[in-house]
Amino acid sequence: MWAFIHKLGSPKWFYGISAKLQPWFWAAAALLIVTGSLWGLAFAPADYQQGNSFRIIYVHVPAAFLAQSIFIAMAVSGLVFMVWKIKVADMAAAVMAPLGAAMTFVALFSGAVWGVPTWGTWWMWDARLTSMLILLFLYLGVIALRGAFTSRDSASRAASVLAMVGVINIPIIKYSVDWWYTLHQPASFTLTSRPAMPTEMWLPLVIMVLGFYCFFIALTLMRTRSEILRREANKHWVQELVAGQVVKVPAEEAR
Amino acid sequence: MHSSLHGASNSGSSQSSETAQQVSAVPLREHNGGLMTAVKATLVRDLTLLLRRRGEVLNPLVFFALVITLFPIAISPDPELLAVIAPGLLWVAALLAALLSLDSLFRSDYDDGSLEQLLLAPQPLAALSLAKVAVHWLLTGLPLALMAPILGIMLALPAGSYAVLALSLALGTASLSLIGAIGAALTVGLARGGVLLSLLVLPLYIPVLIFGAGAVQAAIFGEGVSAHLAILGALLAASLMLAPWAIAASLRISING
Amino acid sequence: MSLCLQARQLACERDDRWLFQGLDLEVRNGEIVRIEGPNGSGKTSLLKILSGQLSDYQGELFWNGAAMNEAREHFLANLLYLGHAPGIKSGLSPLENLAWYQALSGESGNEDQRLEALEQVGLAGFEDVPAGQLSAGQQRRVALARLTLTPRALWVLDEPFTAIDRHGVVDLERQLVAHAQAGGCVLVTTHHELTASPLLRRISLG
Repeated sequence: MWAFIHKLGSPKWFYGISAKLQPWFWAAAALLIVTGSLWGLAFAPADYQQGNSFRIIYVHVPAAFLAQSIFIAMAVSGLVFMVWKIKVADMAAAVMAPLGAAMTFVALFSGAVWGVPTWGTWWMWDARLTSMLILLFLYLGVIALRGAFTSRDSASRAASVLAMVGVINIPIIKYSVDWWYTLHQPASFTLTSRPAMPTEMWLPLVIMVLGFYCFFIALTLMRTRSEILRREANKHWVQELVAGQVVKVPAEEAR
Repeated sequence: MHSSLHGASNSGSSQSSETAQQVSAVPLREHNGGLMTAVKATLVRDLTLLLRRRGEVLNPLVFFALVITLFPIAISPDPELLAVIAPGLLWVAALLAALLSLDSLFRSDYDDGSLEQLLLAPQPLAALSLAKVAVHWLLTGLPLALMAPILGIMLALPAGSYAVLALSLALGTASLSLIGAIGAALTVGLARGGVLLSLLVLPLYIPVLIFGAGAVQAAIFGEGVSAHLAILGALLAASLMLAPWAIAASLRISING
Repeated sequence: MSLCLQARQLACERDDRWLFQGLDLEVRNGEIVRIEGPNGSGKTSLLKILSGQLSDYQGELFWNGAAMNEAREHFLANLLYLGHAPGIKSGLSPLENLAWYQALSGESGNEDQRLEALEQVGLAGFEDVPAGQLSAGQQRRVALARLTLTPRALWVLDEPFTAIDRHGVVDLERQLVAHAQAGGCVLVTTHHELTASPLLRRISLG
């Protein structure tokens, strides 16, 4: 168990195994997103109430899902880093933060675009959009805090603590924003909580969500790999790698 | 590129084992508790320090009054309009005033080196930092809560909501101090931590703001306020349980620089 | 009772540079150990690691044979650390400063002990002056008063001679030797040349 955890923590091992996993996730992401988009945008029936504008859901919902999941993943990585001192976990957390902020922004932007045909305005203080906006600020806080330290170790640990504090607060924030929203005359309907969506509408949505997750995993793997090279630049194995000698990761080691 | 150690050299005598046996060793102490003594002394120390610099205690209060003055000037002196927005204004202004004094919570201790001594005390750091946060609330949150009704009069806050305003602020600012102290602890080692501090803690303040301002509004509309106050109490209980550990962990990080 | 602080294979990396690597160290009672090295060689970092403030290091620490994680409370109860900054609140008088330090370790102590400790460091008459009005050397002396006020077996002193006048330096040096002779143990960094003593041992970094 311990040996396994520490092997997982070795940047060199992670570098090797992620090279093997990465193409699969890229392929799955491409396949799912292309299928989902074609199906969702061209073949799924138009909404009886919103017409074609509802199709923004195929970007908005996966982005919103991902925005929340990435924060949780980031906090879990932070916890792993703090408890077991596994540096790869922190490198992953570091690359996840901007990705999560970008996804939150996509969710906000698509929500605003959706607002134009739905509410006739770019911004409504809708419960979901408000929670997303707060989430964006939480991401920006984590990114800014990490950037503010000169010592990398302190930066990593501070960002981990903040991510964990944030993840405990996210449900509380979400709950209180929902409460606040229902108190102040809710709009006639919210963006996505629709009853009984027909199968041909939600199936492409599920595919898109899966595709976004695969894309996230692939991108995180790729960016963590470059983060490993950057941080371990003075380590022997990286210098060998750069010098052109291929570092082989034997199959036994990978297990 | 690796600078390594040039061997630990032994100058003077060899290992002075016989010397150590000749003399009576300084007795090793067992850790004998005394947590209450330490917490009490920390409370007294911080209270004394702040009360000697009254300006620091008064600044947030003046800021609170000043911000409240800006709103009628910027929006409208119409009492009816002000009455509608008063609960929110009072709460936001109080929240910002409490935030203002947060940066100094650990900063002077960090600068003069007593923070590292606090960390090396043979006492749980969470308990000692809780004492510091308690002083912050006592001299910031509580005075703000007591002062708010006066500013409420100036904003034409409807009668019947004054007690709830003070109570919700007293409860709410305690949570704000606890949550804010995490941010203060995370940024204490940074040269320009102040602005970053607001970015870190303001999003975390939102639930307290919603239920705090909500309580005052409920009181105005004549609805029950107990649910709001109960949730504020629950938020405070949760902050009391979790925040001290996060503060302690953050202080240990910040001391590393 | 014996005292022993051990470090095995200690390594500390700061900003992609190794301050030190593979450092084995053992400090026992009756010793004054002086950490030497040029500026930036990691003396302060080493003292902070040894006193349990820095966690970003590799290697292991032992206190009386037990791993530091388990023995931390006992270790802290026997440690007196003085860092670069004296840790003196300028808004409080020397007496009040000392009272807090005494209380931190769980003792209430009494005024007489504190007055005596202040007198020993030559601050009689300054007990109630706000520390902010004292000179840097006097503030340092307030911090040094803790050496007699709160007796601890292990002293970890980072540049304790800073800002102290010549008399004070002689007194402090004598105090360090007396502590080691009494079976205590001193870990110190200083630019001041310590008088040779059979109890003195040097460790050089960098």
